[in-house]
Amino acid sequence: MLYKETGQYKSTYKSDHAIFPLIQDKIAFSTLMFIAFLIIPFVINSYWEKAILVPFLIFSLAAIGLNILTGYCGQVSLGTGGFMAVGAFSTYKIMTYFPDLNIMIIVLISGLITAAVGILFGLPSLRIKGFYLAVATLASQFFLVWLFNKVPWFYNYSDTGQITVSERLMFGIPVTGATAPPYATYLFCLILVVLLGFAAKNLIRSKMGRSWMAIRDMDIAAEIIGVPPLKTKLSAFAISSFYIGVAGALYFAVFLGAIEVTESFDIMTISFPVLFMIIIGGLGSMLGSFLGAAFIVTLPIGLKFIMVDLVGLSAVTAKHFEITIWGLLMIIFLIVEPHGLARLWSIAKEKLRRWPFPY
Amino acid sequence: MSVEFLNFIETVLNGLMSGVMYSLVALGFVLIFKASGVFNFAQGVFALFAALTLVGYQTGQVPFAHLINELFGTNYHNWYASMPNFLAIILTMITMIALAWIIERLVLKHLVNQDPIILFMATIGLAFALEGVGDLMWGSDVKVLDVGIPSGGSVWLEEATIGLAAEGSDYYGMYIDVLNVWATVIAVILVITLALFSQYTKTGRALRAVADDHQAALSVGISLRTIWILVWAISGFIAMVAGIMWGTESGVQFSLSLIALKALPVLILGGFTSIPGAIIGGLLIGVGEKLAEIYIGGYFETGALENWFAYVMALVFLLFRPQGLFGDKIIERV
Repeated sequence: MLYKETGQYKSTYKSDHAIFPLIQDKIAFSTLMFIAFLIIPFVINSYWEKAILVPFLIFSLAAIGLNILTGYCGQVSLGTGGFMAVGAFSTYKIMTYFPDLNIMIIVLISGLITAAVGILFGLPSLRIKGFYLAVATLASQFFLVWLFNKVPWFYNYSDTGQITVSERLMFGIPVTGATAPPYATYLFCLILVVLLGFAAKNLIRSKMGRSWMAIRDMDIAAEIIGVPPLKTKLSAFAISSFYIGVAGALYFAVFLGAIEVTESFDIMTISFPVLFMIIIGGLGSMLGSFLGAAFIVTLPIGLKFIMVDLVGLSAVTAKHFEITIWGLLMIIFLIVEPHGLARLWSIAKEKLRRWPFPY
Repeated sequence: MSVEFLNFIETVLNGLMSGVMYSLVALGFVLIFKASGVFNFAQGVFALFAALTLVGYQTGQVPFAHLINELFGTNYHNWYASMPNFLAIILTMITMIALAWIIERLVLKHLVNQDPIILFMATIGLAFALEGVGDLMWGSDVKVLDVGIPSGGSVWLEEATIGLAAEGSDYYGMYIDVLNVWATVIAVILVITLALFSQYTKTGRALRAVADDHQAALSVGISLRTIWILVWAISGFIAMVAGIMWGTESGVQFSLSLIALKALPVLILGGFTSIPGAIIGGLLIGVGEKLAEIYIGGYFETGALENWFAYVMALVFLLFRPQGLFGDKIIERV
């Protein structure tokens, strides 16, 4: 009743190809954008910014990136942390060499550099498949983190090995550095996420996206009907790495401000959580990337609130509980709904179609 | 013999021995992958959990002591002062078998027929859950594990080799850790036992049948579930051995679970489906890593190649043989 498509006729190709073909979807999306752009910036405080909204936006970007590679092109990657580190360190180096460059351009160039690195580490995928490839992508994770940790040029020979962001303005308002107001960092990330999100959605609907999916579903068959595996796989690696690189740049420049590579881009803190995001959210679903990121970002906060504040456990025990519950939730999720939150959403839409009537 | 040559031999020997340690972990992976097609990321955490449990039994810790004390304000710590090694190992084995049963019942049973990637993710979840439970049960402090395996440099070897170098050179003899020698001996015994078991017992034959073809095995009346529990229990046992070895060397702590990451390049080098592959892959990686550290590592002033060298080495092998050295040939049809 609430979500029915009857009566909505499409009379042009344009309306048939729209991203949100239904009026209900359009309303929902516009409301969401209205809240995100015009309400949240006025009510945001630094806790919401640092703990929930900015990490959610950044990890959504990373999840979109990994979803392009794993969900749409079928190449399992465990090297997300390494690629995010490339984005972060490119941002740092460009910032030191070009002090006057706009931060938005710096972030996008970092994404391009990461895309180049991604193509390089994507080369083995032409020969190796499945789990062999998954383990091979771990090579990029370990090698890149080692490189940024051990070659002093990357952190400008600082004694601690840390890299620290300097203050950059956008329309006269600082968006990076310690003095950046919460609404500025939030809006900066939000604009990038919305733009890149639309770009990704449209890429997936284009010829390139369809060839990714052909390779994912059966690579040999795809090759026979004329999908070039070299171009398709490497383009998936490049574009996925671009998104992950931008996420890494934001993670360093906007979110953390100062990082140490072995801690911030560890396989346990980045690579696996991002993989969880797309699996919990839904492989091969844009909505799933966002839902997964929201779930993984808010879960530790919720668990910590329950265990430390309500039950009164010590922080260490709570941490152990958190790991356990995380693992168990992961398993339960995979058993109950292996297609993720996005699938739950489409089931809900199906139900809404006739709700509140039984038929 | 020149000192350089003796140093080279020493490096190779040490590499072989550390390779055995990698093989021990990789072996558990291969067994499970062959029998159930599950790429078990939790193998490293298995080793950690087994080692934690063993120490817990040995020193008579009360399970979940921290949690109980925090919730109820009590102060329990130990039941008894110590337990004989033998008994503790048997009890740990029983625990690992119980764990295998629980995993089959609660996880694998519900995930039959899912994509391999879903099963893989489930084992990552399992790794997290098991690590958390291990820490909750036994506490997360670094523990000393001692089951009576000697360790330290071998004095005998040092004295025996000191004379080999040319007169007048200041050569001090070879250094090899006795613990590693023991690990090698135990690994050899383990592999021979496994080979005999799978060759000459009825259960072993059933195991090989399941590894060959699930459906054919089912149709001749082999219970898949029993076999899966058995296989997970065996790799739990192997994980315990690996946990004892690594735990004796560097203490029982969280980093023990990261040996899984060390075993992965061994796996892709040797092939996921081959037991000899796991062993030879482990040896190759062990030797390669040690040689690289000494002969290539010197050129980078930064050092510490160990983290990634094994992966790059495995990757180079893979470019020539995409299924690993001894893995089953991958045949693809449309």
